Amino acid sequence: MLYRENGQFKTSYAADQQIFPIFQERWAMALLLLVAFVVLPLVGSEYFFRAIVIPFLILSLAALGLNILVGYCGQISLGTGAFMAVGAYAAYNFMVRIDGMPLIVAMLLGGLSATVIGVLFGIPSLRIKGLYLAVATLAAQFFTDWAFLRIGWFTNNSSSGSVSMARLDVFGVPIESPVSKYLFVLTVVCVFALMAKNLVRSAIGRQWMAIRDMDVAASVIGIRPMYAKLSAFAVSSFIVGVAGVLWAFIHLGAWEPAAFSIDRSFQLLFMVIIGGLGSISGAFLGAAFIVLLPLALDQIPHLLGIPLSTAAITHLVHMIFGALIVFFLIVEPHGLAKLWSVGKQKLRLWPFPH
Amino acid sequence: MGFFLETLFGGLMAGMLYSLIALGFVLIYKASGVFNFAQGAMVLFAALAMSRFAEWIPQWLGFESLLLANLLAFIAAMAVMVVLAWAIERLCLSKLVNQEGITLLMATLGIAYFLDGFGQTLFGSDIYNINVGMPKDPAFILEGMFEGGVMISKEDLVAAAIAALLVVVLALFFQKTKTGRALRAVADDHQAAQSIGIPLNKIWVIVWSVAGFAALVAGIIWGSKLGVQFTLSLVALKALPVVILGGLTSVPGAIIGGLIIGVGEKLSEIYLGPMLGGGIEIWFAYVLALGFLLVRPQGLFGEKIIDRV
Amino acid sequence: MDMTDMNSSSTAAGTAPGRRQGEVILDLQNISLRFGGVKALTDISFNIREHEIRSIIGPNGAGKSSMLNVINGVYHPQEGRILYRGEERKRLEPYMAARQGIARTFQNIALFKGMSVLDNIMTGRNLKMKSNLFQQALYWGAAQKEDIAHREKVEEVIDFLEIQNVRKTPVGQLPYGLQKRVELGRALAAEPTLLLLDEPMAGMNVEEKQDMCRFILDVNDQFGTTIVLIEHDMGVVMDISDRVVVLDYGKKIGDGAPDEVRNNEDVISAYLGTSH
Repeated sequence: MLYRENGQFKTSYAADQQIFPIFQERWAMALLLLVAFVVLPLVGSEYFFRAIVIPFLILSLAALGLNILVGYCGQISLGTGAFMAVGAYAAYNFMVRIDGMPLIVAMLLGGLSATVIGVLFGIPSLRIKGLYLAVATLAAQFFTDWAFLRIGWFTNNSSSGSVSMARLDVFGVPIESPVSKYLFVLTVVCVFALMAKNLVRSAIGRQWMAIRDMDVAASVIGIRPMYAKLSAFAVSSFIVGVAGVLWAFIHLGAWEPAAFSIDRSFQLLFMVIIGGLGSISGAFLGAAFIVLLPLALDQIPHLLGIPLSTAAITHLVHMIFGALIVFFLIVEPHGLAKLWSVGKQKLRLWPFPH
Repeated sequence: MGFFLETLFGGLMAGMLYSLIALGFVLIYKASGVFNFAQGAMVLFAALAMSRFAEWIPQWLGFESLLLANLLAFIAAMAVMVVLAWAIERLCLSKLVNQEGITLLMATLGIAYFLDGFGQTLFGSDIYNINVGMPKDPAFILEGMFEGGVMISKEDLVAAAIAALLVVVLALFFQKTKTGRALRAVADDHQAAQSIGIPLNKIWVIVWSVAGFAALVAGIIWGSKLGVQFTLSLVALKALPVVILGGLTSVPGAIIGGLIIGVGEKLSEIYLGPMLGGGIEIWFAYVLALGFLLVRPQGLFGEKIIDRV
Repeated sequence: MDMTDMNSSSTAAGTAPGRRQGEVILDLQNISLRFGGVKALTDISFNIREHEIRSIIGPNGAGKSSMLNVINGVYHPQEGRILYRGEERKRLEPYMAARQGIARTFQNIALFKGMSVLDNIMTGRNLKMKSNLFQQALYWGAAQKEDIAHREKVEEVIDFLEIQNVRKTPVGQLPYGLQKRVELGRALAAEPTLLLLDEPMAGMNVEEKQDMCRFILDVNDQFGTTIVLIEHDMGVVMDISDRVVVLDYGKKIGDGAPDEVRNNEDVISAYLGTSH
C-alpha cells in the first residue's frame, strides 16, 4: 500500500538508470543514512560499536570487494585474507617509515599494494578457472601468511611478530573514541559502496558479468577477457586491501598475520554466498549475518539457561554456517539479497497476492 | 649424503600420506565430477570415529582385546562413513545435479565446515589416539654404506605399503568392474549416464562411500602417526596441490604427485629454507602447484581440459 | 566438378531485384581446417560481396559452423588465405574480428543468462564505449553521458526487433524464440559491417521464422549490412539469399545464385544421399 510504483513513470534514461528508481526506496535509504550517521552515534554503546558495528562495516567492505570478483566476474578466490594482509602491512609500513604520512593516503596506498598483488595472482585466471584458480589463490594465501611472519622487514623487525598502530588521526582530528572510529569507517564504507555500485551498473560491470556467464562468447563480441578479469581482480583487491587496513588499524589496533588467515578467507566467501552472489547489498546482508550469528549463539543459550562452552559454540557455528551454505546454494543461489528483493516485490503488491 | 637420504625417505613417506588423502579427492572427481573440498574434513571425521569407537566399544560391550576393539571400531567407523555418504548424496548432491563446478565446490566447502563442527560435537575435540599396532620404532637400513645406517620409520613403510595396496585395489575397481565403468561414465556426463539407465544417486552413494573408506584408511594412518586433532583437516588441504600435480582424474597421479610434494617440501625446507627464513613448508606445495597451473593445468597424468563454445 | 563463382561481374545476374551488391568484402582462398586427424574444411574458396545476403548450406556435419568460426577468428585454418577488403588477414583473434566490424550469433544461443535483455544488448556496444574505470566509478559526468547515448542506440535496436516489453527480463527466463531475437539484437547493437548468423531460425515455428526473415531483410535493406547465413530451411534460403555456397563433408560443391544451386546435381545428391 505504501510501497508502490504507481505513477512513477520515467521520462528519461537517466531517471530509469538510477540506483533507487522508486522514490520510497530513496526515502528509505535517506532514513537509513540518517540513522547511521546521526542517531547511532548518539545512542550507541561502546560495546555496540567496538564489537558489532565496526567489524560488521569493515567485513562488509571486504565482502563487497570479494563479491565483485566472485559474484560479478565469476572468478573464485580463496585468498582474500592474503589481500587484506597485504593492504594492512603495506599501509603500516608507509605510516611507520614515512614521517607525517596522512592516514587516508596510507589507506589508499595499502589498497594499491593489494591491487598489485591481486593482479599478479589474478594472472593465472587467464588460463585456468574454477577449482584450479581456487588453488592458485590458496598459494597467495599461504605465501603471504609466511611472508608476513618470517620476513622481518614487513613487520619493521618486530620481535614478537605482531605490530600495532595507535594514535590515528584524519586531517588533524584524532580517531580514538569508538564513535569517531565508527564514523570514519562508515564514511569510507559508504564512499566505496557507492563507487562499487556505479562500477557494476556501468560498462565494466557488464563486461564482468559477461565473462562470468560465458567468457568465450564475450570475447567474440569484443570484450577482452584479460582486461575484464584483471580489472576485476584489481578493483576487488583494492577494496579488500582498504578493508584490511581498516581491520588492522581501527578494529584490531595490534595484529599478527593470523588475523588474516585462511579462516578469514573462508569467512568472507561465506558472507558472499549467503548474502548473495552478484549483489552489492548482499555483501552487507551476508556480513551482518556472519557477524551477528556467533554473538546470538553466545547469548541465547545463556538466556535459555543451557550452558555451552565456547568450543561447543564454535562447533555449532561451523555446523550452522556449513549447513546454510549448502542450503543457500540449493535453494537460493542469490542468497539473502534475492530473498530480500523477492520480499520487496511481495510488499509492492501487498495486500494483493499478485 | 646419509642425511640427504634420510630426508628423501622422510619426504617420500610424508608424500605417501598426502597421496592417501588425495586418493579420496580423485575418486570423487573421477566418478562424479565434483571436487570434494570436504575430503580433509572427512579424514578427520573418520579418524575421530575410529579412535572414539575404539575407546567406547570395549566399554559398552565389556571386553579388553585391543584387536577386537579396533576391528569393531573399524566396522563402526566405516558404517558411519557410509551413512555420511548417503546423507551427502541425498541432502546436497542430488539437489545440485548439473550445477556448475564452482557451485559444487562451494557446496563441498560448506559440507567441510559442517563436518568439522559436527565431528567435534559428536566425538569431542581433544586430541585422541589411534592404536592399531603400527610399529613405532625406527629401522636402520644401508648400514653397510653409511655409518650408523639411514634411519627410516617402520610405521611410514607400513603406511606406504597400505597406500600402494589401496591404489592397486582402486585401479582394478575402476578399470575392471561394472560399477567402475559406470562411475567413469557418470564422471563424464551426468545426463548421458542417466539416460542409459545408470542410477545416479546409487552411484554417488557408492563413490562417496569408497572415498569415505579411503578417508578412513588415511585417517587411521595419519591419526596413528600424529594423533587425532582438528588440525588434521588443515593438513589435508595440502592434498589439493597433490591432485593438481598429479592430475585430478588420475589415481597413479595422486601417488606420484604426493611423492613429489612430500619430497619437495622436505628437501626445500632443509636446503632452501635457511636462505628464506625457514618455515617454507606451508607454501611450497601451493607455489609448486601454481607453477604447474600456469604451464600444464591438467597435471602430469590428467586429461586435457577442453572448453567448447 | 568445381563450380566457379558465377557472379564475377559487379552487376550480378540472377539476384533478387532491388538488392545492392558491392565489391568483394571478404575473399576466402583455399581454406583448409583440421582438428587432429579430422578434416573439417578442405580447400574451400568463395567470396562475399558487400551488402549481399550469402547463405551457406549443406547437410549436417558439412563444416558450415566451422566456416563461420574461421571467418570471425575463432578457428585458425592451417592452409589458405583470407582477404578482408583486399588486405590479407593475419591470424585473427575473435576480439580483433569484432573490432573490424564482424558480429555473429551462435547456433546454441550464447547469451549472458544472468543479465537482462537490455544489458545483454548493451554489451554489444562494448567496443564503442570509451570511458575508463575511474570515470565509471564516479558515474555522474562522462560515464553517465556515454551510458545514456548508448542506451538510446540500444533502444533503437529493441524497437527494431519489437522486444520492448521484455527489456528488463533476465534472458534466461525468455522463451527460445525471443532469446534468438535478443542475440540478434546484441549483434546488431555493434553496428557491424558483416553479420554472421548461425542457424538463426533453428527451432522456430512458422510465425517466428517469418519475423526473423523480416528482420534479416530489414537489416540488410536499412543498414546495408552484409549477411552470411547458415540455415537449413531451404524455403528461407532460396527466398532471401543473393548467393548460396553449398558445403558437403568439408568441401565446396556448389556456389552461385539460388536457382543455379537448386538445380545442381551434386547438391541434390548430397542432400538426398548417394554413396560417396
